[in-house]
Amino acid sequence: MAAVTVSDLEVTIEATGTPIIEHVGFSLEAGEVLGIVGESGSGKSTLSLALLGYARPGARITKGSIDIEGTDILALDSAGLRTARRSIVSYVAQDPATALNPSMRLSTQLLETLDLPRDQAIQQIREVLSAVGLPNDDAFIRRRAGELSGGQQQRIAIAMAVIARPRLIVLDEPTTGLDVSTQMRVLELVKKLCAEYQIASIYVTHDLAVVAEVADSTIVMKDGHIVETGRALKVLLEPEHPYSKQLIAATPSTKVRSPWEGDRLSDAGAADVPLLRVTNLNASYGHTQVLHEIDLTVRSGECLAIVGESGSGKSTLSRCLIGLHHNWEGEAQLNGSALATSSMKRSHEDRRAMQYIFQNPYGSLNPRHDIETILRTPLALFHDVRGGAAKAQIAEALERVEMPVRMAKMYPAELSGGQRQRVAIARALLASPDLLICDEVTSALDVLVQSSVIDLLRTLLKDGLGMIFVTHNLAVVRNIAHNVAVLNRGEIVEYDDADTVLDLPKDPYTQGLLANTLDLPVA
Amino acid sequence: MSQQNEALPDLVQPERERSRTLTRFLSSKQVRWGIGLVVVTALLAVFGRILAPYAPTDPITTPYAPPGNGLLLGSDQLGRDVFSRVLSGGLYLAWMAPLSAVLSVGIGATIGMVSAYYRGWVDTILMRFMDVLLAFPGLLMALMFVSVLGPSPTLLVFLVVLALIPGVARVIRGAAIPICHREFVLWAQSVGIPGRKLIAREILPNITSPLLVELGVRLMWAVGILASISFIGYGIQPPTPDWGLMVSENRTGLATQPWAVLAPIVMIVLFTVGGNLIAEGGARVIARTEGK
Amino acid sequence: MTEMIALSSERGGDRAKRASRVRAWRKWGGKALQGVLTLFLVSILIFFATQAMPGDVAKVILGVNATPERLEVVREQLGLNLPLWQQYVNWLLGILRGDWGNSLTNGIPVADTLTLRLRNSLTLGVLALVIMLPIALVVGVVAAQLKDKAFDKLFMGTSMVINAVPEFVLGTVLIALFGTTVFRIFPPVAFIPPADMPWWHPMALVLPVATLIIGGVAYLSRLVRVSFIDVMNSEYIQTAQLKGLSTRRILYRHALPNALAPIIPAASLVAAFLIGGTVVIEYLFSYPGIGLTLVESVGNRDLPLIQAVVLIIASAYFVFNFIADLFSGSGANGRKG
Repeated sequence: MAAVTVSDLEVTIEATGTPIIEHVGFSLEAGEVLGIVGESGSGKSTLSLALLGYARPGARITKGSIDIEGTDILALDSAGLRTARRSIVSYVAQDPATALNPSMRLSTQLLETLDLPRDQAIQQIREVLSAVGLPNDDAFIRRRAGELSGGQQQRIAIAMAVIARPRLIVLDEPTTGLDVSTQMRVLELVKKLCAEYQIASIYVTHDLAVVAEVADSTIVMKDGHIVETGRALKVLLEPEHPYSKQLIAATPSTKVRSPWEGDRLSDAGAADVPLLRVTNLNASYGHTQVLHEIDLTVRSGECLAIVGESGSGKSTLSRCLIGLHHNWEGEAQLNGSALATSSMKRSHEDRRAMQYIFQNPYGSLNPRHDIETILRTPLALFHDVRGGAAKAQIAEALERVEMPVRMAKMYPAELSGGQRQRVAIARALLASPDLLICDEVTSALDVLVQSSVIDLLRTLLKDGLGMIFVTHNLAVVRNIAHNVAVLNRGEIVEYDDADTVLDLPKDPYTQGLLANTLDLPVA
Repeated sequence: MSQQNEALPDLVQPERERSRTLTRFLSSKQVRWGIGLVVVTALLAVFGRILAPYAPTDPITTPYAPPGNGLLLGSDQLGRDVFSRVLSGGLYLAWMAPLSAVLSVGIGATIGMVSAYYRGWVDTILMRFMDVLLAFPGLLMALMFVSVLGPSPTLLVFLVVLALIPGVARVIRGAAIPICHREFVLWAQSVGIPGRKLIAREILPNITSPLLVELGVRLMWAVGILASISFIGYGIQPPTPDWGLMVSENRTGLATQPWAVLAPIVMIVLFTVGGNLIAEGGARVIARTEGK
Repeated sequence: MTEMIALSSERGGDRAKRASRVRAWRKWGGKALQGVLTLFLVSILIFFATQAMPGDVAKVILGVNATPERLEVVREQLGLNLPLWQQYVNWLLGILRGDWGNSLTNGIPVADTLTLRLRNSLTLGVLALVIMLPIALVVGVVAAQLKDKAFDKLFMGTSMVINAVPEFVLGTVLIALFGTTVFRIFPPVAFIPPADMPWWHPMALVLPVATLIIGGVAYLSRLVRVSFIDVMNSEYIQTAQLKGLSTRRILYRHALPNALAPIIPAASLVAAFLIGGTVVIEYLFSYPGIGLTLVESVGNRDLPLIQAVVLIIASAYFVFNFIADLFSGSGANGRKG
């Protein structure tokens, strides 16, 4: 007898009656972890909320049953549902920073889920806090959510979900905002708690590697439907549905490189003046120094990856190079001539030669201009090309980034994230740069789109463009970078060619990073 | 970053940003009503005197005569026709208030955008200066200068603009700062597009919605301040008919001839409510567009 | 291992906390300094707007028929022959010492007149604020809970109109309704004899206070409503619902405290509005406060009195705006941690 059985679940948009998810059914045993995988828009968040009998304003659960150890969640009245949410099913949201009440003490937020006398409840809180690896003294439980780190907040959210020993716990992308090492510890925690308390759990994620790590079984969702169900390992190793196959093929690995033309940097020209040479760069925010003695070089056709966790200073470094962060000193030479600290002080030529692509595709295009207007700017600015000639070049550039030319008349809001990122790349290319700085350009994208953008960037490298690729994702590094600089607390702790760094890391920080990075299982 | 995008609810599709601001604004019933009220009131104020049955400054009957005997709204404290005075009494307000609103929004928005984009000492100096002006509620600013210089329409417009600028500047600065942190502005900076062009091309098109809202709010305030000054007696001087002044002049007869007070009040209310409807409808359009 | 990391980050947290406290003090100190500087600039603007404008103060006092000799004597007495900056310094020093000069019309020290009038104005303002705050809270929360229902729509429409109309219009309508035309319950003028305390005449206070309250409630309760709706849409309220808490607990323990945070600066803004609005209200009801004093003194071109009243109103207005700024700034920071 399964602990949780969901059958024929359907959630629709109230106004139009369009289903967001439909025909969703699965079951799981006590203590089992079910991974739900899907890209954005697959309906996985809607599904996870529906499991608690909840639909966002504007949506409604219209069909199906959710049986949790004999209780049908969808058949309950509102009082019954409240009781069920207090005792048999609980939820962990993606972003604990917004999911925890900012003005209430942790103790209050933990206490209110328990129907026990106060001393017993406090006792239980202490137990659960130590189970999730947090301090449990009075001072700690009197804190408020804002005083904790992101990892601690997520532990609190998990503690809150398991404290009443529910039968099912639903976790919606609980590690997405966290660094790899924190993610690894949270995943271990989830596995441990589910096994220990025999709680069935549903783990929603977009990351197949996380499923491989945490889940016993998995379902793959696309456009509100389940396309594949099975044991996690089986689905990941021998996927049956074409979509699952696609997803798995597109997920990069830290261990193996998908081969490409130009993945070996030619030694020709190694002796020449490098495209970019940075020596002894130090940068500060106010009085706090955030980058220490950075040295690096980039040649034409080379991709240098700058790798680090949040707070390592990798974004600051790239912004120093492009001249958006001004508070730095040291030497940076582009094509042999020194760069001014701020972009406003640089020569026209320097500003053309180095182009920047931002992490967030939703912010990098002005929503009030159509794509053509956006792409005309660099042409007019750097090459004085306007009118019909510009039009031809824009069409060419769009083709180069594999976008249909008719999209030139569209506005950014009409494009998907991946398409916007392509337009941003086209805009950079129209300046005819020598060096491209890519700041986490794929981390806002779904895995399929990420892999196609990586393919595009590879062709640019092959054409001789130099590239600095800033990222936290080691699997992407393996698949695009020739050289890697690992940044920790503002210092380069390791700098070598990509294979050496990823196969034989020397620095303990890099070793830790690699150990905590999840990969798909290989048959 | 990626997490935020992923967290976008599946079902709420934000309205397309592409459609032009004005079209979007006009889709709001409130905005349409607001514009209608303002236009009708202003037209009545400008051309109303043509319809006026009597000369607005001529005593034609006994003071505070009730409606009747061919006087639609009765007479005022000097026996003049209230209906004719109401039709002629909005002329000054009809050009002074919109002019003040447009000028203050134009100047204030420029200050706000410059402050938001350059930050640093430019921002500090401009905003301190705005703080100084902000210490004077509109009426106080006007009274202070009028006490010495005497009332004149141009001076009043200047003073109302001066009083309204800081509010606009602060709102627009607040709206422009997040825009200045958006990546497309950073990109423009990184390729060296000069400040003035950047503000005009990249920032201005993204704050048209708050600009229209401000126009409505400031119109409402301008009408309010100008009418209040008249009411206190330091604006338009008798015997010229003026709505604010009429309320003040005829207050003593409120018990016997309320129409002499209520009629100009209705006109003032139509004007200010029109401005506020534009502002509020506009704010709702913004909220809806941003998916709130 | 996890234990250790938690502990170390906790210690880091303490250090960060201390550092942030130091930063906060420095920030507030800087803000206060900025505030004083702004007030200083405000005083300069007031002085030059009044005294440095064309027009001869001596002529104002003596009338147009005065002889040149008499004018010269008066100018000498008032220090009008000194350079402008010296006049300003003398004026400012006088104000700081409590010597606000004498009225040009009746020779009574400005400070004496103002003490009395300020007391009357404060009575009006404080009374209005104390009554208005709880009403605005209740109305705002009820409207938020009945969002898009009939009550809410009625509330939104009414408050929109009230917010739009100038104070004198609102006051005049109240007078017509309750003072003269429809009912004659309350006196339409609120004259308080100089020897009396304003609260000895409660009936006279009703209409002016009501005018201020209605205007303030219309403004403030809308803010309460929006803030409450925003909080109810937040993710932590969704969490509270998913935790199976009772509606009452969600409303009063989770939503209300967070919804009230933005109300503090708003209340300060309302206090500022009250000050700005008193000029017209006092004139309308002939209530002897500083607003009426200002209107009268502008008519008499009584410069020392004008300067003093404008300085008081502007300073108070500035201080309340300033407090609102401080709170809204720190509130946002506090939420982010």
